[in-house]
Amino acid sequence: MNLILQAEFIAPDIKKFVIAAPLIARKAKPGQFVILRVWEKGERIPITIVNGDPENGTVTLIIQGLGKTTRQMNMLNSGDYVHDLVGPLGQATHIENFGLAVCVSGGVGTAEALPIARALKEAGNTVIAIIGAREKALVICEAEMRTICDEVIITTDDGSYCTHGLVTDVLKTVIARNTKPDFVLAVGPLPMMRAVSEMTRPFSIKTMVSLNSIMVDGTGMCGGCRATVDGKTVFVCVDGPEFDGHQVNFDEIARRQKQFANQEKISAEIINKEPQKVLHQCRLAKAINEISKS
Amino acid sequence: MSSNTLSKKERLAITRQPMPEQPPQVRNRNFNEVNLGFDAETAVIEAQRCLDCPRPTCIDGCPVRIKIPDFIRLIAQKDFIGAARKIKEDNLLPSVCGRVCPQEEQCEKTCVLHGKFQPVSIGRLERFVADYEREHGQAQVKVNTPPNGKKVAIVGSGPAGLACASDLVQWGYDVTVFEALHEFGGVLIYGIPEFRLPKAILKYEIENLQKMGVRFEANFIVGKTMTIDELFEVGGFDAVFLGVGAGLPWFLNIPGENLMGVYSANEFLTRVNLMRAYEFPESDTPVKIGKQVVVVGGGNTAMDAVRTAKRLGAETATIVYRRSEVEMPARIEEVHHAKEEGIIFRTLTNPIEFLSDENGWVKAARCLQMELGEPGPDGRRRPIPVKGSEFEIPTDLVVVAIGNGSNPLISRTTPDLQCNKWGNILTNGNNGRTSKRGVFAGGDIVTGGATVILAMGAGREAARSIDEYLKTGIWDSEPESALKK
Ligand SMILES: Cc1cc2nc3c(=O)[nH]c(=O)nc-3n(C[C@H](O)[C@H](O)[C@H](O)COP(=O)(O)OP(=O)(O)OC[C@H]3O[C@@H](n4cnc5c(N)ncnc54)[C@H](O)[C@@H]3O)c2cc1C
Ligand SMILES: Cc1cc2nc3c(=O)[nH]c(=O)nc-3n(C[C@H](O)[C@H](O)[C@H](O)COP(=O)(O)OP(=O)(O)OC[C@H]3O[C@@H](n4cnc5c(N)ncnc54)[C@H](O)[C@@H]3O)c2cc1C
Ligand code: SF4
Ligand code: SF4
Ligand code: FES
Repeated sequence: MNLILQAEFIAPDIKKFVIAAPLIARKAKPGQFVILRVWEKGERIPITIVNGDPENGTVTLIIQGLGKTTRQMNMLNSGDYVHDLVGPLGQATHIENFGLAVCVSGGVGTAEALPIARALKEAGNTVIAIIGAREKALVICEAEMRTICDEVIITTDDGSYCTHGLVTDVLKTVIARNTKPDFVLAVGPLPMMRAVSEMTRPFSIKTMVSLNSIMVDGTGMCGGCRATVDGKTVFVCVDGPEFDGHQVNFDEIARRQKQFANQEKISAEIINKEPQKVLHQCRLAKAINEISKS
Repeated sequence: MSSNTLSKKERLAITRQPMPEQPPQVRNRNFNEVNLGFDAETAVIEAQRCLDCPRPTCIDGCPVRIKIPDFIRLIAQKDFIGAARKIKEDNLLPSVCGRVCPQEEQCEKTCVLHGKFQPVSIGRLERFVADYEREHGQAQVKVNTPPNGKKVAIVGSGPAGLACASDLVQWGYDVTVFEALHEFGGVLIYGIPEFRLPKAILKYEIENLQKMGVRFEANFIVGKTMTIDELFEVGGFDAVFLGVGAGLPWFLNIPGENLMGVYSANEFLTRVNLMRAYEFPESDTPVKIGKQVVVVGGGNTAMDAVRTAKRLGAETATIVYRRSEVEMPARIEEVHHAKEEGIIFRTLTNPIEFLSDENGWVKAARCLQMELGEPGPDGRRRPIPVKGSEFEIPTDLVVVAIGNGSNPLISRTTPDLQCNKWGNILTNGNNGRTSKRGVFAGGDIVTGGATVILAMGAGREAARSIDEYLKTGIWDSEPESALKK
């Protein structure tokens, strides 16, 4: 069980956690993730390590409440425990000095792009961040991105903040500039990553996307996270999560992500109807831990 | 009547005692154990069938050479705890092996009664005494050897790791088991279903190891959370045993395999067993409930998957296997139970494609009829497709259960650990020494997918070898592939 040291909402339904996990913090590299479980009968879900702090022995996670598990997690506060936390999983992002690197992110994907942007900058790249969000309130990690990147361009679907439009509209103008990007990273919803990949393809700009397939173990044991890249089956949890966006079969992943849509609805109803029960489920961990200590 | 007074003739006259079990039409809708176990009276009767042979051939059939006639004699004398202790001299987990060993290929095959008579039910007796010992709270958990100050890391909590840990802790070592998942037991917890091996049994055995002083660390992936080198350098361990199993599912590599509704057996069984999807939404992890389920394969894993699908509510649950029933690697009892439960067997059938409906869900398995040709290199007759025999089996849930390769997590992060081309770790004969000083390996990661008892045997051989290495400091190892033998 891992103690939550800090927890705060940074946007509606998006919560930032600092969690004690000294071993994971020691090893975490940009692009890697953890798998967590909120309670005894909880699902195992993958969440990106936004920051690993070996000195303080903590990892930072930023979680968007979508379905039962993420919303249940977001009910927890400092002093509560995460039932299980395992990692760091997946391959670290391949970082090198490409020249001009563009990090395109949407929604909570901006949190996932943050450590990669930092690493790209440290490797000597000129880094442009393009951040997209539905509306102003959902723009996250802006200040952090601004301290890291050479340029930050923000766009909102409804025009409530900065430019009005989609990240691809911005990317188009960036590609049209005098210096073409040498590397593009896209993290966010699948349709966005796909659109970015389609946009960079004609220019042969190396484009990596971070696939978020449904996972169970995260160790390559179940094959549930499999995707097709360049005609070959890969396991996203061990071979990824980042792959060449020009080679990914997006249709297949999009379908596989919806495999459990019906069951997800049932779980969501439980949390809508009985939030107290769900909160109790995950608080039990804290109680047990305290009893076992005394 | 004392067992000693029975003549050989009287013993031969006793029939093999049937195993009480849940009726097929009841059990195929629940996850409770199928076999209910002998009661004491039945066990004693069955034990009296044993001829206590001067040269007990049964022992030759047991990979860990349990002193079979000795423990059976103790059962006949109603000393059940004594019998359990006798087995445990050679086998840490009789409650597990009694349930899952392929006895018909091992101890019971070489029992002299096999053939003309029916073999003694060695496995069932083993299970009985282990259960008796547990139910009466009589397991020995005291360690008499004082700590020797040496630390050993065991990677993986499957049967290989547990057996290795058990011996080492009894010899005074400071033992820590590291497990990637959140629960311990390896395949015994995530693969083999509750209806064949109740989780409570495994939990009890693991708690006993804890009482003996073994430390258990869940959510710790060696190679990720720490590398093997870090276990030595940072963790201060003196030796490392790798019992990481064969956890990489094979697929058929045919079109349609990534459709929705197609699972590997590992995923399907992990969702149901480890994650308890059978009680969704009480548990959060979902699994697709198929109406017409097709399971591809003929081993224990395939039987477990197909019977699980039936229990989850499938109307039809079908095994599709490319050879004939005699070639099926599954335990005979499981095949027999599956048939009783209404599982359909389509042997000599091989899928070549999975077809999709308009939404991307699997809707049929296109198959070929097969016939058996000449025996292949493994001695089994090779299946050959019958020309023009294509046909479709309608299905909405497919489980591919054709075996596991070796998981590359460890080998990728440990370049100085020699593996064969399939990723199996090479070891020095059966003492488990690898190409890396202080690192030992055993179980499925060395042999490829095998059996619980072989994995436990390998764990114990490695424990002996670890003990020898840590006492002498001498490391001589010329690893070779276990598969060649
Ligand atoms: C490598 C990786 C890194 C991720 N990092 C983050 C992160 O930093 N922050 C964050 O908020 N989210 C992240 N996600 C997504 C997060 O895992 C899902 O939002 C979460 O699993 C949804 O679970 P749920 O029960 O709350 O919702 P559900 O009701 O189960 O589903 C909501 C949506 O999430 C998807 N989903 C469901 N189960 C899984 C699963 N086991 N794995 C992946 N996706 C699933 C479904 O497609 C569905 O559309 C990441 C996913 C991956 C694969
Ligand atoms: C569904 C199924 C049914 C079976 N039925 C039978 C049967 O009836 N009879 C029989 O004799 N055999 C059966 N088998 C085979 C038997 O279960 C295996 O041969 C045996 O479990 C192998 O034991 P092991 O200790 O080598 O590995 P495993 O049991 O596979 O355990 C390995 C453990 O190591 C963990 N691990 C892996 N990598 C790491 C890492 N890097 N760090 C930390 N931990 C790690 C895994 O999570 C796992 O828990 C069956 C197998 C399956 C899949
Ligand atoms: S361990 Fe297995 S093979 Fe050995 S005696 Fe027991 S059931 Fe038979
Ligand atoms: S071979 Fe059969 S009859 Fe003989 S001792 Fe062994 S179990 Fe008993
Ligand atoms: S999540 Fe199981 S193999 Fe990737």
